[in-house]
Amino acid sequence: MLERLRQPWPDRRAELLLGALACAVLLIIVLMVVFVAREAWPTFRHNGLSWLGPGGNVDSQIGTMVNGGRDFHLRAWPLVWGTVLTTGLAVAFGLAFALLASIFIVEFAPDRLRAIIVPVVRLLAAVPSVIFGLIGILVLVPFVGNHIVTAGQKKSVEFVVQLSGASLLVATVILTVMIVPIMIAIIVDALYAVPRTWKEGAVALGVNRWRAMWTVSVRAARPAIIAAAVLATARALGEAIMLSMVSGSVGFAPNPFDGPLFLLEPLRPLAATIVEDAESLQAPAVRSSVYAFALLLLFSSLFLSLAGFLAKQPMKKYGARI
Amino acid sequence: MAVATRPPKRHESIATWRWGDRIAFALCWAAGIGLCLIAALIVGYMAIRGIQYLKPSLLWSHPSGEVDQSNSGGFLDPILGTVLLTIIGIGIATPIAVATAVWVVEYGRPSWLARAVESGIEVVAGTPDIVLAIFGLALFQQGLFGWMSFTAEGGAVFGRSFLTAGAMMSLIALPMVYGNTREGLQAIPRHVREASYGLGKTRIATIRRVLLPAVKPNISTGAALGMGRIAGDTAIVVVLLGATLRLESEGSVPGANVLKGTGSTLTSYVYNNSPAGEGNAAEKAYAAAFVLLLVVVALNFAVDLLARRGAQTGLEGTRLGAGR
Repeated sequence: MLERLRQPWPDRRAELLLGALACAVLLIIVLMVVFVAREAWPTFRHNGLSWLGPGGNVDSQIGTMVNGGRDFHLRAWPLVWGTVLTTGLAVAFGLAFALLASIFIVEFAPDRLRAIIVPVVRLLAAVPSVIFGLIGILVLVPFVGNHIVTAGQKKSVEFVVQLSGASLLVATVILTVMIVPIMIAIIVDALYAVPRTWKEGAVALGVNRWRAMWTVSVRAARPAIIAAAVLATARALGEAIMLSMVSGSVGFAPNPFDGPLFLLEPLRPLAATIVEDAESLQAPAVRSSVYAFALLLLFSSLFLSLAGFLAKQPMKKYGARI
Repeated sequence: MAVATRPPKRHESIATWRWGDRIAFALCWAAGIGLCLIAALIVGYMAIRGIQYLKPSLLWSHPSGEVDQSNSGGFLDPILGTVLLTIIGIGIATPIAVATAVWVVEYGRPSWLARAVESGIEVVAGTPDIVLAIFGLALFQQGLFGWMSFTAEGGAVFGRSFLTAGAMMSLIALPMVYGNTREGLQAIPRHVREASYGLGKTRIATIRRVLLPAVKPNISTGAALGMGRIAGDTAIVVVLLGATLRLESEGSVPGANVLKGTGSTLTSYVYNNSPAGEGNAAEKAYAAAFVLLLVVVALNFAVDLLARRGAQTGLEGTRLGAGR
């Protein structure tokens, strides 16, 4: 066998073999959609589209399922809303922060500082989510619970939710820190890829460095900025472990009309729900619901991949490898 | 020395800028400094807590499920689990990713299929790990894959083992290895291949003898990045490895029984020992998280060493998705 491997390989057969391996990737994606959709089917058949809507307490609905009920009734709105809130807020704050930091890295940072900040970005990108979660649950959550949430606020909602500090605020802050490095990596690459002459032209016309950056480079790199936001959104949607640690794990939909209290209310996004209910998959109703959450995330990420692909197209015109 | 080669920089004074521009300038500085501060705080805090609670004995004693924290042991098994899972994951991912990259860059016919494979890898890169985990559970609980985990009475396949978790982990590492290999292959000039063809070598011989040796550093960079991702992933471990405290082997064949068994990794150990898990032992969690951070930082350093050449911005390594 080994002897035959050492012989020269026939070219045609090698091409077919490598091609078949490459197509296995496509097969995996098809399998993923098929398997997850098949498991999720019962819940959708039972609930229809109102599955996405509000209605009742999602935690007690899942609780009934865990106890072996064959009742598939579920209204997943609080979980979906939790995902939308954490992702949306984190991407919005993160994008502004990442854009400013990227401009700083590309244009304003002194060489010595740049030599520090680039590895720092890479380090932040490499820190596992469970470490962010650990810091969140052991440092930020107690801090918010003890110093930011007042006793009066706790009292005012004690019959609806417990305000322990595990909240939308902490979840958003940590999620922002987690996705900023991803965005910086893409935006910095794109800003460097903008032809130098464009910016030099602007500077020659007498605008200052910030203006040249903002009106020429950032504008030219817009597709990459959108792509960065899309990628960060995909990452934030799928973040499960950190969010299950710091979000409070209550199937509660924070209400923006509650004023500042809104930020201190607990929630639980879809991905975190999957992690926490993965233990009770023997119950058929829970299993189907969990796979339905996964299907929703899967389709969102497929859609985001497509959006990211489309967003990146214009950058390719001037040879930027994004 | 650098001063001599560079033209003198004319620094314009900020004082002539408009107020809006000055504020934007200050915000940029604040963002940059803030980023460094956040990273310093995270690493510094983890280091202080880690050194405070990490005792050498923790590293080589087995964990046990005692409530009393002085008796609950260390995290030898999670460390072994991390190592084992990383090896399995990268062992599956590297050959597939390299083969895919070679096919896409060197053959790539029909071109629509090559493009589809490329976008397919991006889709895999964008899929949340928790979705991969839950998909893996559905897939490996099929009777067909019974040999990878264990089969309970009545034919129900458990679906949780090092093999199944490693197989899903390979999907996390695949895009990193693929992206780096592809970039390496694309960077090799056309004439290198032509010289090889001119000597009468076939395509596949050129790939084996010329191109693959040339992209070896890229493959190792990608593999190191992928290993970092695998070591840092929690969701797949919690769902697919069972996150049992100790390595629990299945069956009687030595070696294979561990692979078919369940276990935990450092990440799931941290998760379970945080207040969110059952353990609730913050000291153990800090100590294990510190070890985990060291592992990840070490892998990152390895990437740095491997990818010294040709880096323009230094940020190539953080490409978290597929090889965009």
